[in-house]
Amino acid sequence: MTTLQTVFAKAKADNRAALVGYLPAGFPSKDGAIAAAAALVEAGCDVIEIGLPYSDPLMDGPTIQDAVHRSLTNGTRIADVMRTVEGVAATGAATLVMTYWNPIDKYGADRFARDLANAGGVGTITPDLTPEESEPWRAASAAAGIDTVFLVAPSSTEQRIKAVVDCCTGFVYAASLMGVTGARESVNVAAEGLVERTKAHTDLPVCVGLGVGTGAQAAEVAAYADGVIVGSAFIRRILDAPDEAAGLESVATLARDMARGVRR
Amino acid sequence: MANEGTILTAADLAGNGARGDDPDVHGKFGIFGGRYVPEALIPALDEVAAVYEKAKNDAEFLREFDHLLRTYAGRPTTLTDVPRFSERAGGARIVLKREDLTHTGAHKINNVLGQALLTKRLGKKRVIAETGAGQHGVATATAAALLGLECVIYMGAVDCERQALNVARMKLLGATVVPVTNGSQTLKDAINEAFRDWVTNVDTTHYLFGTVAGPHPFPEIVRDFARIIGVEARRQMLELTGKLPDAVCAAVGGGSNAIGVFHAFIGDQDVALHGYEAAGHGLESGEHALTLTAGSVGVLHGSRTYVLQDDEGQTIESHSISAGLDYPGVGPEHAWLKDSGRATYHGVTDDEAMAAFSLLARTEGIIPAIESSHALAGALELGRELGPAATILVNLSGRGDKDMGTAMKYFNL
Repeated sequence: MTTLQTVFAKAKADNRAALVGYLPAGFPSKDGAIAAAAALVEAGCDVIEIGLPYSDPLMDGPTIQDAVHRSLTNGTRIADVMRTVEGVAATGAATLVMTYWNPIDKYGADRFARDLANAGGVGTITPDLTPEESEPWRAASAAAGIDTVFLVAPSSTEQRIKAVVDCCTGFVYAASLMGVTGARESVNVAAEGLVERTKAHTDLPVCVGLGVGTGAQAAEVAAYADGVIVGSAFIRRILDAPDEAAGLESVATLARDMARGVRR
Repeated sequence: MANEGTILTAADLAGNGARGDDPDVHGKFGIFGGRYVPEALIPALDEVAAVYEKAKNDAEFLREFDHLLRTYAGRPTTLTDVPRFSERAGGARIVLKREDLTHTGAHKINNVLGQALLTKRLGKKRVIAETGAGQHGVATATAAALLGLECVIYMGAVDCERQALNVARMKLLGATVVPVTNGSQTLKDAINEAFRDWVTNVDTTHYLFGTVAGPHPFPEIVRDFARIIGVEARRQMLELTGKLPDAVCAAVGGGSNAIGVFHAFIGDQDVALHGYEAAGHGLESGEHALTLTAGSVGVLHGSRTYVLQDDEGQTIESHSISAGLDYPGVGPEHAWLKDSGRATYHGVTDDEAMAAFSLLARTEGIIPAIESSHALAGALELGRELGPAATILVNLSGRGDKDMGTAMKYFNL
């Protein structure tokens, strides 16, 4: 199993940022999600986040909402998410689950952490779990040996950044902008300052997500961050493709562009 | 009760702070409440909490709020004895708290005026809100017009259709109404969309949350601004009947009118508190909004509470004939009142609510909101249970004008 620690150490040794790709489980289909993630890895993604589709994704923009809705309509269950993780981890990429808190809460924190570790997953990103509420999940994750990634935002005070990074293992997710997920015309200039402020409180790698959609933007972010996170732009390629095969090809093309971006 | 003289005090707004029923610093009512939101929103929630904490102890803020409640909302609202209606309740004496007589026609105006004043103190010029039945949207649009704030209302597309009259009212008041077309296209999806707006525009915008749900400090703030309902009703019941009621009844969707009328009675152990959720087509049908009576503990819209959810934590869509009760979550303080046993929650079906709706109209000349009709139906049954010596206070949370479309269809009028 590839850990986040080895991924970021290797990227650092190569003097580049890591490329992190996001796709929801069950989209465009249960097997299609594994194939798409594998295509991302093949094209140069170092880390894959598998989204756990949730009925009320309140920090996601229209692209991810659309994909998640399709996934839930396809009948995606947590067992499918675990199977997806297993399939993606088999490619050698460090594989995380990104999920809102309630599905873990309902499934049982200890059980979820254990099942994820058994599937080869290396950790989770939980965007609506605040440090104040995170203790049960951190304990369960530590027991299962998986990492816990939380988010900092441009609005975060120094005190909040410290509270968040103290809960993180693996890396810290810096949300580049105040808003929901989705590709933007440009990456918010606030992101660089946020990375700098975050690094003052931690030695963990800091990855930037939200709004990265092109290789050029990936290169720009890679200049100051340890990792570049891309989600909606990949999903958009799949949504816009006439069929799954074309979607795979289109996603791989974009991922190759991104992979070149982080190596510039 | 004299219209002068009873100036709202900090204690009226928030109790005496020593009852042990305020949330802790993390907004927890026991295991319920808290904050489950993107980190980006934490500073805004902290700011709202800090500004509110200061305002609620500030005589100037209390005076302003009191003035608006009195001269604009039309408070205090009266109590009304309903003897002909009570005959159907085994002769128990039913007394209505007439929130339907407030400006805009429902209790929502209380919270909205309080939060609109807070918005000014926050230095923000734009308010957003979610709405189900449209009453909170109308109230928010009203307060925004009054105080010169830009106003955007998120409303499920399904709700826009069944409450078209309220959509027109909001537009007339200068608000922008955004129909939400994702998910179940009802209140829960409107809340998701409002949160998305808020996280994007938080520098300029206050999310004027409409019920006692959501992340801390909303459950506390909304409760405090709605608390005037029970504070008035408690005094008025003592004046009218010489004693406290045996029971207080209210409808529960998100739970703001219910908390509003319950809260002043929480310390009165002899006063039973009964909340009525929408049982829709009945529990067995699966088409209901019985969050407290049939849901399980989970997290929805930023708060730990009872939720209608499946075995993997996916929210189950609720159903009710009344848009205002059609919500798969509920305020965390209600979850806490349920688990502590201080309040009891029951279900009332669409048909039972519509029968009470029609009965109150025909026996008393009052057309209630369908939401409030759930509490009326509950009181009828409770009265038969408690017998003729009992006195029951029902929060008539809103008027039924907005429900005429539904009533025309239901009764073939």
